[in-house]
Amino acid sequence: MEAKEINPNIDRNEKVISIRGLKKAFDDFEVLKGVDLDLYKGENLVVLGRSGTGKSVLIKIISGLLYGDEGSVNVLGQDVGELKPRDLDALRLKIGFSFQNSALYDSMTVRENLAFPLVRHAKNMGEQEREDLILYVLEAVGLSQAINQMPSELSGGQRKRIGIARTLILKPDIMLYDEPTAGLDPITCIEINNLINEVQRRFNTSSIIITHDLTCARAVGDRVVMLLDGQFQREGTFEEVFDSNDERVQSFYNYNFID
Amino acid sequence: MDLDKNKPGTAPARRRYVTTRRLDRIFVELAKVYRFNARFFREVWFPPYEFKEIIKQCYEIGVRSLPLISLTGFIIGIVFTNQSRPSLADFGATSLLPALISVAIIRAIGPLVTALIAAGRVGSAIGAELGSMRVTEQIDAMEVSATNPFKFLVVSRVLASTLMIPALTMFTTLVSLLGGYLNVHQNELTSLSVFFYQVFDAITFLDIVASSVKSVIFGFTIGMVGCYKGYNSSKGTEGVGKAANSSVVTAMFLIFIEELLIMQVINAIRAF
Repeated sequence: MEAKEINPNIDRNEKVISIRGLKKAFDDFEVLKGVDLDLYKGENLVVLGRSGTGKSVLIKIISGLLYGDEGSVNVLGQDVGELKPRDLDALRLKIGFSFQNSALYDSMTVRENLAFPLVRHAKNMGEQEREDLILYVLEAVGLSQAINQMPSELSGGQRKRIGIARTLILKPDIMLYDEPTAGLDPITCIEINNLINEVQRRFNTSSIIITHDLTCARAVGDRVVMLLDGQFQREGTFEEVFDSNDERVQSFYNYNFID
Repeated sequence: MDLDKNKPGTAPARRRYVTTRRLDRIFVELAKVYRFNARFFREVWFPPYEFKEIIKQCYEIGVRSLPLISLTGFIIGIVFTNQSRPSLADFGATSLLPALISVAIIRAIGPLVTALIAAGRVGSAIGAELGSMRVTEQIDAMEVSATNPFKFLVVSRVLASTLMIPALTMFTTLVSLLGGYLNVHQNELTSLSVFFYQVFDAITFLDIVASSVKSVIFGFTIGMVGCYKGYNSSKGTEGVGKAANSSVVTAMFLIFIEELLIMQVINAIRAF
């Protein structure tokens, strides 16, 4: 997999997410030890790190599912920790969250899964308009034919795509991907990587991609940061991050990546 | 002693317990239960109302429970009548069977049996469903899409359970009385009209009110316990199993306690 080409649409003057001094501990275990992070408009930022290093915790704090113990998390100009529930909900409509296990609603068809946020947040939308939008996002992820299927009838890759489609339906400004290629075969991983880049181009989103899959990181990341010991130790392009003598970085690369 | 241990930026302080670790956990759990219940009563009044989901859950809880409830109620009516006959026969009072059945079934057996069966069928289903949704992050997915999962999942299920269990109780009571009638008719050749005349003659308005109030409380308990256990489950598939199991056990335990307390209150009212 080749490295991603330089993206000309990134606006380095506009930060959509800005995190300063973020700390988070679970009981005695301190996961994040003062994290600083900026995401620029139009950028795909990959957060790399081993399992259990707090990568998913980070995006859950960004989306308000968890709260940090210290520090500030500013998303689209609003401090997530200070928002009232109603304002947090309004902010969440601008954030798409693709879960590691897709988190599709088991008891609903694909159509109902996609209609679920629309019914609640686009109440003025007519039924035909809603149907057209559902078909549009399904077409964008290449799964128009799955509209009447139940999640249990879909493969892992298809579930991932539908999960992404469900987040896209509200046209978010920011996409958060939690381990988008985990548990998928290499061919499907490439398809998902291409989809992430396609979403960035087509929907003009800024994204944080949490992964420990270096192939994915190289294919989709405009910038890569590496989370080690609760802090971002390395930052830059994929090549810059791994141009290091740090044993932890090298062992991660050697174990994970096949060039 | 290292006083710097609690300063920011150093290793976090070891957790301190107000009492013992176990007692602390009980208090924390009680506080969580209180907050969960309080949240229900706060959210149930305000829109958006998930009518579609409430109706769906009413169908799941009410209609789908009918076959099991009917069979159990019918058999209990027959068995209870059959087992009561010898005692009354000793005093030559088998003619009092309809009155005895009526009082026993309407006051206690109907609501209790319905609640216990529903706790098994409905409580475990709610606990397992919400538990599974929690561990597969479906509840988180609702939350990040700015949908209130508590309102959609918990409020709808608790309301459906609170509405459907009284309806099921009425049905079970009727079916049990029919079972009792068949047994009485077969042995004492009592007609349907005489049987039901004696049934309604033996009960008071207070009995019906008490039975209805009880079944509403039982329904609320089953829904609330199932939702609480499922909504707060963790630890993967093991947690789902535990949520389902503990929904049933806790609901049954609470139902017995409530039955005991309500019975005391009703007896006090009756005496007054």
